[in-house]
Amino acid sequence: METETCVQTSALNLYYSDFQALRSVSLAIPRKHITALIGPSGCGKSSFLKVLNRMTDLIDHCRVEGQVLLADEDIYAAAVDPIMLRKRVGMVFQKPNPFPMSIYDNIAYGPRLHGQKGKHQLDEIVEKSLAAAALWEETKDRLKKSALSLSGGQQQRLSIARALAVEPELLLMDEPTSALDPISTGKIEELVFELKRSYTIIIVTHNMQQAVRISDMTGFFLLGELVEFANTNNMFTAPQDKRTEDYITGRFG
Amino acid sequence: MASRLRKWQTEYLGRTLVTAFGLFVVVLTLGILGFLGYKGSATFIDYGHSLTEFLISSKWSPGEAGQSGSIGSAVFIIGSLEVSSLALLLATPLSLAMAIFIAEVAPQRLSTTLRSVLEIFVGIPSVVYGWIGLAVLVPFIADLFHLNFGFSVLSAALVLALMICPTITSVATDSLAATPNEYREASYALGSTRWQMIWHVKLRAAIPGILTGVVLGLARAFGEALAVAMVIGQSNRFASSLLAPTNTLTAVITANMGNTTTGSEYNDVLWSMAALLLAISLLFILLIRVISRRGQAS
Ligand SMILES: Nc1ncnc2c1ncn2[C@@H]1O[C@H](COP(=O)(O)OP(=O)(O)O)[C@@H](O)[C@H]1O
Ligand SMILES: [Mg+2]
Repeated sequence: METETCVQTSALNLYYSDFQALRSVSLAIPRKHITALIGPSGCGKSSFLKVLNRMTDLIDHCRVEGQVLLADEDIYAAAVDPIMLRKRVGMVFQKPNPFPMSIYDNIAYGPRLHGQKGKHQLDEIVEKSLAAAALWEETKDRLKKSALSLSGGQQQRLSIARALAVEPELLLMDEPTSALDPISTGKIEELVFELKRSYTIIIVTHNMQQAVRISDMTGFFLLGELVEFANTNNMFTAPQDKRTEDYITGRFG
Repeated sequence: MASRLRKWQTEYLGRTLVTAFGLFVVVLTLGILGFLGYKGSATFIDYGHSLTEFLISSKWSPGEAGQSGSIGSAVFIIGSLEVSSLALLLATPLSLAMAIFIAEVAPQRLSTTLRSVLEIFVGIPSVVYGWIGLAVLVPFIADLFHLNFGFSVLSAALVLALMICPTITSVATDSLAATPNEYREASYALGSTRWQMIWHVKLRAAIPGILTGVVLGLARAFGEALAVAMVIGQSNRFASSLLAPTNTLTAVITANMGNTTTGSEYNDVLWSMAALLLAISLLFILLIRVISRRGQAS
């Protein structure tokens, strides 16, 4: 199966001051697939995601080396505006984080930042994004209500809808279900699975069953190193590296 | 026996003391309220003035020594309102700008220093502000606008604005700093600039806190007597412009409470003004409560 690459890193190193959090990470994320990143906490999964939308720029004393190509374009090149990059690379965080404003304004936030003012267009974007995040039916009668009145699971789907509203090419999800109950988790997983028709998704998860259920590719990180990157089925049935095997059989981590 | 005494000491003594002091504070507050109500009502009961005259008329010649005159206090009520709202209008944008600078823009060390400086400014006694106003601002305004005297609504509003700026800034800074970091990340991740993040998310999330600061500032400005009395000119007429003198409730009370005899109409109407001030302050406090409750609810 030949697939296009969405984002590719080569020899990626990341330092927080003197501490090296990523060690020569090279991998190619396939377009319109779901890639899961697993590994014990502190191994650099979140750091890797932050490199891809340059949220690392916002952290003091954080330094990135190596190359990151998004659709063949070096995102760390001098000419790249991180603001425009983040429009192309959306992010969903571990804790649902809707803004303290209405459901409508949350979704319209991104498009408005990028100059979309028309009421009609915004209405359309809001409906489309909420529908894509399987939240439209539940919220269409209360768009003007505060987003904080939603349940945790709904808030997380809202965060996804908000990220989708700016039409990113790549969606980064950092343990999006770890703060949710099993039912909400199931809904998010279904949603993510649906989204891969149109989006490339990288999802960090500490839940290996989740990786097996939804992802096409899996990367295993350990101490800042990408130990193994493979087709999810292969990785979980026949891991190539002893450390991967130890981790997925629960021998540590 | 010893252990029972011990238990009594640790358990009941503390509780009894705290309850007693608590009750004392409640009684004291109610006492003040009752006393002000009682003293303030004499104008209307003993001297037969109407509340409308007190609030709406500007005819001011209260009687001394058993005599009765006019007690229209509209000039002072309007004076208080215009001076404090103008002060608020001047102080709020400035305070917000400073709060944003301290909470969002300044590097960590500068921000910490500025916060301590602010606290010092909040604690400066108002007479100092008044004196600086009298010595520096009043002559400056006179010079600037070619007036005989610089005593004016503008001088009073500027002094008050300077005085309440630290209060508003301090509360607004805390409230900005207390907005969850997640909002910041979420906004950046959607491709916002730092300024867009501050303006659309941080400020919005901090609104209840900022409003609380503004109302606190307003309450302080409205209740301030000394600093205002020193620069307002104490003229018992409506101000024809911002550069004209007038008078305020607090300044009238401060200036006259010592020169009037207890039980005289003049003295009683000062008490009515004090009661009015209390009522308006209570209104401000109520406003703070409503705002902060709404902030928690959302
Ligand atoms: N802002 C930061 N400053 C310094 N060290 C950090 C920072 N963020 C993460 N780290 C360190 O980098 C390592 C990787 O962290 P992270 O990427 O969050 O791991 P994971 O998401 O896999 O749990 C950890 O040791 C963590 O302590
Ligand atoms: Mg993490």
